[in-house]
Amino acid sequence: MFLKIAIKSLLNRKGSVIMSLLAISVAIFVLLGIEHIRQQARDSFASTVSGVDLIVGAKTGSLNLLLYSVFRVGTPTDNISWKAYQEIAESKDVAWAIPISLGDSHNGYRVLGTTPDYFEHFSFGNKHTLEFVEGEAFEGVFDVVLGAEVARTLGYALGDEITLAHGVVSTSFSLHENSLFTVVGILSPTGTPVDQTVHVQLQGIEAMHAGSESGFGGAASYDQSQLEADELEPKSITAFMLGLKSRMVTFRLQREINDYSAEPLLAILPGVALSELWQMVGVFESVLRLISMLVLVAAVLGLGAVLLASVRERSHEIHLLRVLGAPSYYLFFLMELEALLICLAGIVLGTACLYLCLAFLGDSLFANFGLHLDAGVFTQDGLVILFFVLAAALTAAAIPSMRVYSQAKAYNVQ
Amino acid sequence: MMIELDGVSVTQPSAPDLSILEIDNWSVADRQTVFVHGPSGSGKSTLLNLVSGLLECREGGVSVLGERLDQMSRRRRDRFRANHIGYVFQRFNLVHYLNAIENIELARSFSERGDRRTGADAIRPLLESLNVASREWHKPISQLSMGQQQRVAIARALVNRPELLVADEPTSSLDQDNRDTFLSVLMSIIEEHKMTLLFVSHDMGLAQHFTQVQALSEINRVA
Repeated sequence: MFLKIAIKSLLNRKGSVIMSLLAISVAIFVLLGIEHIRQQARDSFASTVSGVDLIVGAKTGSLNLLLYSVFRVGTPTDNISWKAYQEIAESKDVAWAIPISLGDSHNGYRVLGTTPDYFEHFSFGNKHTLEFVEGEAFEGVFDVVLGAEVARTLGYALGDEITLAHGVVSTSFSLHENSLFTVVGILSPTGTPVDQTVHVQLQGIEAMHAGSESGFGGAASYDQSQLEADELEPKSITAFMLGLKSRMVTFRLQREINDYSAEPLLAILPGVALSELWQMVGVFESVLRLISMLVLVAAVLGLGAVLLASVRERSHEIHLLRVLGAPSYYLFFLMELEALLICLAGIVLGTACLYLCLAFLGDSLFANFGLHLDAGVFTQDGLVILFFVLAAALTAAAIPSMRVYSQAKAYNVQ
Repeated sequence: MMIELDGVSVTQPSAPDLSILEIDNWSVADRQTVFVHGPSGSGKSTLLNLVSGLLECREGGVSVLGERLDQMSRRRRDRFRANHIGYVFQRFNLVHYLNAIENIELARSFSERGDRRTGADAIRPLLESLNVASREWHKPISQLSMGQQQRVAIARALVNRPELLVADEPTSSLDQDNRDTFLSVLMSIIEEHKMTLLFVSHDMGLAQHFTQVQALSEINRVA
């Protein structure tokens, strides 16, 4: 009967109950949503690169190096010499080495020059290696492998021919007209910046630049087949990645590279650099969390206000219940129960909305931000949050509940 | 004795010097129907609240069914009231968003006594005996007429088989016809269940139906 009264009483006041219910569901949506995205973004971020022991580039900030070598964000300040790369790559501690060269673009997507070893040794997430959904790694100088997102958005298929421009501008004036590349492979989606990258051989980049040196719009058509292999050996690269034979030597090798006398080099451990980056983001995270908690406070105060307003309307009801034999604390708990019911309904609605949003938007979020969000909102953290929300609601409801309690008791003393 | 008041004093909580009730001695025997009259504001409701255990007196003894209410804890008094005393008001007898059956079930939920049969079985005969048609039972109370509502209120007051029924101006919101119906139904039920009735009103025209008629000023020194 206790539950019945609470439910029927709420149904009788649909208008105000629904308003405060909606407020709570908005708060839940924001709280859980932010928590979920935060967690997923962190995981997504951290899984961008794995299995790489050291990344080496010109002496710049370590975050800078991480950002442009792994996330293709920002521009490399300087290049490193091919000689330096060869020397270090041939060191006895190194198991494999992948050189990379950045700086060109195709329709806004970054072009990465590298060797076929990239497809063999580069891994991300839980030691996933790169896989091809179509085709295979490049062999020829003018072969290109596309990341999943590039192929999808630009609508390319195997065998298509594309041109690449110098510089990261989609409408670039220095278009290498003669640099026609053929798509030989398309990678499956990774949820990392690999998806937004166009991969060519290092020699392909050199060929592209050699072609431009012959003059813009030059009359002579440049025969790509005439290029000699040794003419295309790169003189400098942007950075390179190393896999070592043993983890133990990582720090020693890092020190050696940092102290390399011939030119200024920087070697970073990707994991370390990633957590440094994430710490910077940490402040932003905290602000978001604070905001979402404030939203909750507002919603819960709204709930308290609605219940408090109802006390005045219900003075006859309270008196009647007292006459029927209800103790004063019955009234107190009745009010708390009403708050609980509204809160639960809000939680269900808010969670359902979040779930639906993630389910529908999941694809476009992945496409646009490389953010992989699954719809699994029911994590341990999520449950803690819901518990906290319930506690907050019951606390805010304590004010109207106490009001009802004292009103009920007042009949004792007329 | 059903009710016995002895040296009772009830004061205003905000002004302890101001007495609302000062009763040296007053009693009501079993199975009496008592009519207490007096002008509004003279303390009639206070007397009823005292007898039903809702109100505490500053001093004196309040005895109902042989039990001393003034010596009980609040919780025990609440339970006593639910089990032994039915109460009907002038208005707001019922929870407006519940229907007739639910209102009566609500009253039942506070008592361990009353019919041991399940809800509807115990309540139906009661409503029928009060001439409340079954099609009215599941409508929200607000959709019933005043006369019907008051009759449902009686049913509500009786469901736990109280020995004492207290009525606070129950007919003052009813028109003449409904008033007569209400009273005749009430009296026959009181007779049938061998109950005691304490009825308070300012309408002297009703006094003829009762076995004991008193002015509040006879009972209360302050009135």
